[in-house]
Amino acid sequence: MRNFLLVAIVAAALVGCSSTPTTEAPVEDHGAAGATAPGGATTGGAGGGGVTGSSIGGGGADELRNPNSILSKRSVYFDFDSFVVKDEYKPLVEAHARYLQSHANARMTIQGNTDERGSREYNIALGQKRADAVKRMMTLLGAQDRQIETTSFGEERPKNPGHDETAWAENRRDDIVYAGE
Amino acid sequence: MIPLFRRWLAAVVLSLLPFGAQIAYAQLSIEIVGGASSAIPIAIVSFNAEATWPLGISGIVAADLSRSGMFRLVDTAGVVPRPSRAEEVQAAVWRARSADAVVVGSMLPLPDGRADVRFALVDVVKQTALVQMSFTVAPAQFRITAHKIADIIYEKLTGDRGVFSTRIAYVTKQGPRYQLIVADADGYGPQSIVSSNEPLLSPRWSPDGTRLAYVSFEHKKPVVYVQSLETGARKAVAEFRGSNSSPAWSPDGRKLAVTLTKDGGSQVYLMNPDGTGLARVMTSQAIDTEAMFTPDGQSLVFTSDRGGTPQIYRASLLGGQVERLTFDGSYNVSPKPLPDGKGIVFVRRDAGRFQVATLDYATRQVQVLTPGPNDESPSVAPNGKLVIYASENGGRGILAAVSIDGRVKQRLVAPATDVREPAWGPFPRS
Repeated sequence: MRNFLLVAIVAAALVGCSSTPTTEAPVEDHGAAGATAPGGATTGGAGGGGVTGSSIGGGGADELRNPNSILSKRSVYFDFDSFVVKDEYKPLVEAHARYLQSHANARMTIQGNTDERGSREYNIALGQKRADAVKRMMTLLGAQDRQIETTSFGEERPKNPGHDETAWAENRRDDIVYAGE
Repeated sequence: MIPLFRRWLAAVVLSLLPFGAQIAYAQLSIEIVGGASSAIPIAIVSFNAEATWPLGISGIVAADLSRSGMFRLVDTAGVVPRPSRAEEVQAAVWRARSADAVVVGSMLPLPDGRADVRFALVDVVKQTALVQMSFTVAPAQFRITAHKIADIIYEKLTGDRGVFSTRIAYVTKQGPRYQLIVADADGYGPQSIVSSNEPLLSPRWSPDGTRLAYVSFEHKKPVVYVQSLETGARKAVAEFRGSNSSPAWSPDGRKLAVTLTKDGGSQVYLMNPDGTGLARVMTSQAIDTEAMFTPDGQSLVFTSDRGGTPQIYRASLLGGQVERLTFDGSYNVSPKPLPDGKGIVFVRRDAGRFQVATLDYATRQVQVLTPGPNDESPSVAPNGKLVIYASENGGRGILAAVSIDGRVKQRLVAPATDVREPAWGPFPRS
């Protein structure tokens, strides 16, 4: 058997042209202000740092931020390949559902997340299913459908950047973010 | 033996790369880690008058052909006089060097600054000229002309259309910065078409190669964009309540399939590429996503967990009949139809390893192409002969390519950058 091996180094400095000129599109910062994002979207030109902003306190915001309140807890963790809200997170989900019920103008996004394993696209759907599971529980407990948007980051926003079971367990989660945060 | 060579090759590439790494977008370099045992021995003789130009053509042709793994380059040193036309090729000289084919040519300067590029492909076994062609080209077109010549040689000798003139798209992550890059298929000329501090995913070429659809998280949730490569103009075409992901173009370029959650659950919809004309394709109580059109445009293949685990299904857009395609294992995802309409490339999980594989519709045969453990996001070259996919090396994301028979493997490495989400572009418009 003939094994055929070759290393091709394409020199970056070669003179030449690309077949079609392309233009980089700028990305504007539409991110909600708040501390939940590890790096906000920035304009597309020069690579500046992430944009952070101060949160705007609305009615009841103190309650949401009080570290002694269960409402300051915002993450629900899931077992591998599971969408079942575990018993230990039910008090947290119930507390947020009661808050939505008593603050009709409050809005939240539940962001689903997965660990890094498998298809990035399929993981968006998996994260969505986790977010939907918590929303379903909250609406059964009295929150209104219009108060909760569910979205997914798939595997794209790990809380723990590691590649082992400890990291994966931290990354299979829903994050609760209130509007204005 | 192959793994040892891989490590050695990686060391060579890494030691050379930093010098080329100072440009804005890290350029991919390509290493071959295995070749077809049937590689065709071919001699590429440097073209007459090539040295008078800043960029030669024969070297690019040789690099293209050898990178495909379908050819083995025969040494041309010491052949005097050096032939530059078909009739100057002495078959006996090249047969003695075990060459089956010889490429000769010239690139003579014209008064207007352009070059008269001529080449011939000679079969030294049958002692006939298979191709003789000439082009009048400006120096700025030398590279694209070389790829065109390589495509012609490849097609003549293998029977399949070459993909050396095509482009690829991929996503890089450097620190917090994501960039969607478009480059030539050999990694040359990378250009960023969008950059963001939030993830970019799922680039998909329009069939005419003028637009890319992709997913951006710049609004803190997945939104599908379509962007023109010529003007850079972009539009959010699917930005509904919930998540918007997994775009795919119909073969005629007139429809996009997307996964939306606006009506509850991840479901597949069709829309016009400008965001109008939204229509739901089918309704299930499960996840339906990763839809791709079959080459005839009449069906979608997609991933669904309707059977309890993620498996690949095919649904006719005419009749609504849904057929399950994968049965082995508990995780089969990311179907990408082959251009001949006879099967798909997909990702399977086997004992915790994610591997790229092919499935033949007729025989139901699954062939595993890559070793894993973290191979994903496959994209098929427009000639159906190569698959580019995302892999890992030393904890970093890299791109790799494998021939459709699994024999020829390449790795595409960029320094200090995570590279993922490759998408092979269509044949260029002629």
